[in-house]
Amino acid sequence: MAMDAKQLAEMKKVYSRPECLKDTIYHFCPGCNHGNVTRMVAEAIDEFGIKGRTIGVAGVGCCVFLYNYIDVDVMEAPHGRACAVATGINRVHPEKIVFTYQGDGDLAAIGLAETVHTANRGENITVIFVNNTVYGMTGGQMAPTTLLGQKSTTSPYGREFMGDGYPIKMAEMLATLEGAAFVARVACDTPKNLMQAKKAIKKAFKMQIDKMGFSFVEVLSACPTNWGMNPLDAYKRVDREMTPYFPLGIFKERTTADYL
Amino acid sequence: MKTEAKRLMRGSEAIGEAAIRSGCSCYFGYPITPQNELTEYMAKRMLETGRVFIQSESELAAINMVLGAAATGARVMTSSSSPGITLKQEGISFLASMELPCVIVNVMRGGPGLGNIAPSQSDYFQATRGGGHGDYRTIVLAPASVQELFDLTRDGFDLADEYRIPVIILADGMLGQMMEPLVLKDTPIAPEELPEKPWTLRGAKDRPSRFIRSLILDVNLEEEHNWRLYRKYQRIERREIRFEEYFTEGADMIVVAYGTAARIAKAAVKKCIEKNMRVGLIRPISLWPFPNEKILDLTKYAGHFMCFEMSMGQMVEDVRLAVQGKAEVSIYGRPGGVVPTPAELFRVISRTYNKILREKKA
Ligand SMILES: Cc1ncc(C[n+]2csc(CCOP(=O)(O)OP(=O)(O)O)c2C)c(N)n1
Ligand code: SF4
Repeated sequence: MAMDAKQLAEMKKVYSRPECLKDTIYHFCPGCNHGNVTRMVAEAIDEFGIKGRTIGVAGVGCCVFLYNYIDVDVMEAPHGRACAVATGINRVHPEKIVFTYQGDGDLAAIGLAETVHTANRGENITVIFVNNTVYGMTGGQMAPTTLLGQKSTTSPYGREFMGDGYPIKMAEMLATLEGAAFVARVACDTPKNLMQAKKAIKKAFKMQIDKMGFSFVEVLSACPTNWGMNPLDAYKRVDREMTPYFPLGIFKERTTADYL
Repeated sequence: MKTEAKRLMRGSEAIGEAAIRSGCSCYFGYPITPQNELTEYMAKRMLETGRVFIQSESELAAINMVLGAAATGARVMTSSSSPGITLKQEGISFLASMELPCVIVNVMRGGPGLGNIAPSQSDYFQATRGGGHGDYRTIVLAPASVQELFDLTRDGFDLADEYRIPVIILADGMLGQMMEPLVLKDTPIAPEELPEKPWTLRGAKDRPSRFIRSLILDVNLEEEHNWRLYRKYQRIERREIRFEEYFTEGADMIVVAYGTAARIAKAAVKKCIEKNMRVGLIRPISLWPFPNEKILDLTKYAGHFMCFEMSMGQMVEDVRLAVQGKAEVSIYGRPGGVVPTPAELFRVISRTYNKILREKKA
């Protein structure tokens, strides 16, 4: 039903594009949570008013075109090295806000050493980690986070712990490190979880603004394309299969900075 | 210009001090012999001057820290030795594509594999052919004295900024360890005095946001990017060739050597001159760009070019290309970390020289 001008004028705007989210169409597949995560990061940057001093570092994966979406300075890192690149940027400009945005192949396989040591050094950066249990961009291969029994193009009979090992729990692992200031795992499968996810992402940036050290938010995400599911079934899988193994919550939250 | 008195300095420290005086604000490194003295020197000096020093978890991490710091416009350096430089190749390829300036020091050691920790020149191919994947070049400078380690490192930072290109200082364990007098003729510059670069990532305050990438999926754009890089490399080839000549005029035979090998060669050639042999030396200082034209020009005197390398012969391929078939080219290679004496080299030169004379008479 068409609205007249009066009705339009009376409408309250409750949801709009964040200022630093570019007005363009995502290249992500339908139902992919990368879109939600990208938007939440953009919202957090807007809400803290840090657009002019934020530098993003994109991992290699479906997030590689970050600069097409978030309207801040963006550096593309080699596959897995985003945390090292972010360290370089942040050490030159400690007053800037530096975040990385990485997938699970990128962060937990090829870039594991860089991730762990950056956390351990307590670099004052924010890491947004999209765990979708597969290598998305390259076509659905097994990732370090692929669940036991899960079929992927390189685990056609399902992941087996004998030979393939167990899915890595990055949040739990990083929370053991003294250098980590904030470590949380969130999900995007329900409106409630999305709100929690937003809160955690915002908290991570707040920690960085307050110079508390390394912040890490693992986001359980759906990759409907490589899971061979429609988006709704994919979100159900996040709830039924992923969250039991990858529990949601805050694993570490420092209240004072190391140097205090 | 501020001139300081001569001081005795170790090679690796001369590189470090040159970086400090070039306004280098970040150093990232990982321990490996024979270049630990440089990393240790930087640890001390960078912190002393309020700059950034990180001992990274690997050479991969170090070069990627370089990538990040260079993207902000800072002058940045990393150093390593052969196996570590291999790990850095990923980052060097990205630095080349993203056109980010930096200085990378390779204090070469014997190889392949872990090899040993003795001085060697077996990374010439890796350094001068790009080293990593893709169609690219880096400027490669080969010092042969402590003074040159200092001067070329300082020049390296300027060249890196001017052309937005990684510059490799190709040294070896001998040069790194050596103590020699050094004169500081330069005017030191502090990081904050350096001119601002217009392309850096420092936050999009009062300007549109920027990005630095190397993934260019559109083949036409990637081709254009490669063409642009290629034109830059051509410009460098025209303008940045460096070499030293020693008794080349009228020489029947010319020895070609760089770095430590050139020091030995110079002593051997000196002996030849004393014995009235018409032998000269050309020492390429820039290995890329290589002094092709100069070497071709020298074929007007010399019918034989003998490369002396501390490897099985890598630069010799460039010399063969340079002479364009107008002279004979031979190689005397000592791989594995062996450093021959000038007397040994003199004997090798004499043998070849006498053969040339015999052939000339016949
Ligand atoms: C050194 C290197 N190895 C392999 C690749 C190929 N590659 C591109 S993206 C990717 C993995 C992407 O998966 P993930 O990090 O899980 O991110 P997603 O696409 O799922 O968001 C790989 C292996 C590469 N770009 N570089
Ligand atoms: S492949 Fe998967 S992760 Fe990548 S955009 Fe598509 S749904 Fe998202």
